[in-house]
Amino acid sequence: MTELEMYQNYWWLLIAVLGAALVFMLFVLGGQSMLLSRLSEQHRQLMVNSLGRKWELTFTSLVVFGGAFFASFPLFYSTSFGGAYWLWMSILLCFVFQAVSYEFRRKRGNLYGRVSYDVLLFIGGILGCVLLGAAVGMFFFGAPFEVTRGNLVEGTNPVISQWAPTHGLEVITCWQCLLLGFTVFFLARTLAAMYFVNNIRTDEGFERRMRRACLGNGLVFAVLFVLFAVVLILAPGYRCAADGEVIQEANLYLNNLIGMWWWGVIFLVGVVLALYGIGVTAFTRTRAGIWFSGIGAALVVIVLFAIAGYGSTCYLASTTYPASSLTLANSSSSLFTLKTMSIVSLLVPFVLAYIVYVWRKMNAAPLTDSDVSKDSHQY
Amino acid sequence: MNDILSTVEWSRAQFALTAMYHWLFVPLTIGLSLIVAIMESIYVRTGKQRWKSITKFWMTLFGINFACGVATGIILEFEFGTNWSNYSWFVGDIFGAPLAIEGIVAFFMEATFVAVMFFGWNKVSRRFHLASTWLVAVGVSLSALWILVANAWMQSPVGMKFDPEQMRNVMDNFWALVLSPVAINKFFHAVTSGWILAGVFVIGVSSWLLWRKRNVEVARDSIKVGAWVGLVGILLTMYTGDGSAVQVAKVQPMKLAAMEGLYDGKIGQELVGFGLVNTDKQPGDSLPAIHGEISIPYGLSVLANHDPNTFVPGINDLIAGVALTPQGDTINTVSYAERIAMGRQARAALADFDAARKGGDSIAMKEALTRIDANYEFFGYGFLDKPEDAVPNVPMTFYAFRIMVMIGTYLLLLALVAIVATRWRTSWLEKRWFHFVGIASIPLVWICSQAGWVLAEVGRQPWAIQNLMPTNAAISSIPASSVQFTFWLFAVLFTLMLAAEMSIMLRYINRVSKTDMLNNPKL
Repeated sequence: MTELEMYQNYWWLLIAVLGAALVFMLFVLGGQSMLLSRLSEQHRQLMVNSLGRKWELTFTSLVVFGGAFFASFPLFYSTSFGGAYWLWMSILLCFVFQAVSYEFRRKRGNLYGRVSYDVLLFIGGILGCVLLGAAVGMFFFGAPFEVTRGNLVEGTNPVISQWAPTHGLEVITCWQCLLLGFTVFFLARTLAAMYFVNNIRTDEGFERRMRRACLGNGLVFAVLFVLFAVVLILAPGYRCAADGEVIQEANLYLNNLIGMWWWGVIFLVGVVLALYGIGVTAFTRTRAGIWFSGIGAALVVIVLFAIAGYGSTCYLASTTYPASSLTLANSSSSLFTLKTMSIVSLLVPFVLAYIVYVWRKMNAAPLTDSDVSKDSHQY
Repeated sequence: MNDILSTVEWSRAQFALTAMYHWLFVPLTIGLSLIVAIMESIYVRTGKQRWKSITKFWMTLFGINFACGVATGIILEFEFGTNWSNYSWFVGDIFGAPLAIEGIVAFFMEATFVAVMFFGWNKVSRRFHLASTWLVAVGVSLSALWILVANAWMQSPVGMKFDPEQMRNVMDNFWALVLSPVAINKFFHAVTSGWILAGVFVIGVSSWLLWRKRNVEVARDSIKVGAWVGLVGILLTMYTGDGSAVQVAKVQPMKLAAMEGLYDGKIGQELVGFGLVNTDKQPGDSLPAIHGEISIPYGLSVLANHDPNTFVPGINDLIAGVALTPQGDTINTVSYAERIAMGRQARAALADFDAARKGGDSIAMKEALTRIDANYEFFGYGFLDKPEDAVPNVPMTFYAFRIMVMIGTYLLLLALVAIVATRWRTSWLEKRWFHFVGIASIPLVWICSQAGWVLAEVGRQPWAIQNLMPTNAAISSIPASSVQFTFWLFAVLFTLMLAAEMSIMLRYINRVSKTDMLNNPKL
């Protein structure tokens, strides 16, 4: 392995970790999608204020995920964001609404009424999860684009990558991508229910309801996840051969899991942890299920990224011009930039440490009705 | 080709729209985070409950504004990919790094500690809370640092080289990027301008409380802090603005010429103090550039070179190839017509290099590489049709500069008056004129702040990256109608959001002006 390949792999791993953090934090969006259920006003307030203390972390995870992609794999950033325009714009809008809705919903003079902001949170919660999942689905099921570096010296259209005229809307017709999208959505709802159990102390009825929600959503998630896993291991994919030619390979991701068996082991550990978290939340009195399922889901996400990108796999295959498919090798930043950014990445454990420290401090005491009613800053 | 031009225009409009909306909220976040941190420090040091109430009051306004800044910011960051995808590839190796560092170093700090700031009053110790408030202020400024480093690099690309095999630029000196004089000036200029804006905002809102004769103590204490932050901010902004002018003269002389409406420069060049731009004026013609001009002798030479007896080139001089050395001497260099020819040669050489590489012809590759190296400095000019295409919008930059400077000078006086009023002439705080001036200054400071960015960004047109890539080569391959749709979507959404934000702020301030804030902790 060359030095450049080592840094490309390192940065792909960091992207995977950031992606995993983002998926874990999607419980905020999952929780938003529960806000229009039949709830008492008191319960809705508790849920919003519980999620509202964490929305910035979800938001930041997405921004850093995008920023890290830009710095380490700029050709992906350029091709995917500039190509799948409507898909990414829709995802961004979900997060735009989220940012203001929490802060404004209960403020006097908010012009549009609390319900409007709750509806925005609800829509953003559903679409944000489904579309993000579908966007990641492109890593496995490809997208219609072409990359031509020589366009820069063309007189008419100097843009390096061209996407199909649907510009991201084609994801609606990719049932495999949607399957992953809905899997992510139900995972987010399951994690949200667990987070409420962990973070909110109010009447018994609420806790019972959230444990039931965890079971119901968890079961749907489990079924969708199994379906997705089956589709994935049966799916063909593209790999870049040693001579640079992009070739299609049957059961590519299964082969990757077998060839890089350690990822397979981590995958199984992740699945067991995720299911264990659902089980103990639904059937016991424990409140720690979120940590098992959250860590489990994060491990699975890391493995999914690993098998999508490692081993010369085309992590964004072009369904129309396979030779244009993106691999870690052909889409990354230069060695100098990757090395420089790697030094910066040494700060990541420090950042994680203060996030964990502050999280523990702020969540040491659960959120109660009196917190919400007495706190000077409320959502 | 027409569709591309249209896509360029709509993409520029969309980016300008989101950037301007974003910059409505960000400077207030930057400045108010500092002011709130100072106020809380006073509370922790003195233990006086009054300062806690004051801190919470401004913190609430900070929170309302912060959400809008975040909401508009995410669009801005991803627009580099969605609307400027060719740019993202061409310089992503360099430009992406500061954006990623911004996220890792600054955004997580803000996101983590802002929750403690708002909800941690009863959950963490006083000192931990204070530290969190300061960390939010530091995080906000750090995020500004990295995005401004990125912006400065677009205006003055350094620390990079061109990789012809990849047909993109790659970083070769990170510290050149971070410590570029343009970046340093830009960072301090933008951040300290946020201090001014927040300082004036605090003076203005406090003036309203004084007008209503409620919470007078709160208003006086707030003005004390706001005025000092504003004064320090404006002095530093003036100092860094002077540094920025020198940098612009060196690396973007066309921007300097446009902001002065200067077509034919001379030694001992005056600065236009007042005048109206002749919109019919074109490079090379003999029409007057400015109507009713009132000038400050030697002003522009001093501004650009800190020397009254130096030459400042005008638009015609620059097009003809007259330039300025770092020492302030004039030299004849490459005219814009030659630059266009060289840019085209660089592009042609790059095409030859690519063909030779694919054909495995190393001799032809070497020959093409020599031509690329000889012409790459003006690569971006190869995308222009004629020299005049490299001239930015003169009226807009001219007026933006004057609006910025005139309001800035007024704000200096305002800050001084506010300090005098809180320290030596306390009776002024009861005067209607003081209240009126304070309140009326709020919109002015925003106009000043926006004018600064209009000058910086319109003045650097047509470049996405100075001399290397014009905006028409930086875009994404998407239909103009798509960008047009999202432009209007964002225009409507951000306007509705701004309306809600202002309404919430006004309602909250009005409520405070009707109640006794110090004895009502729920406010």
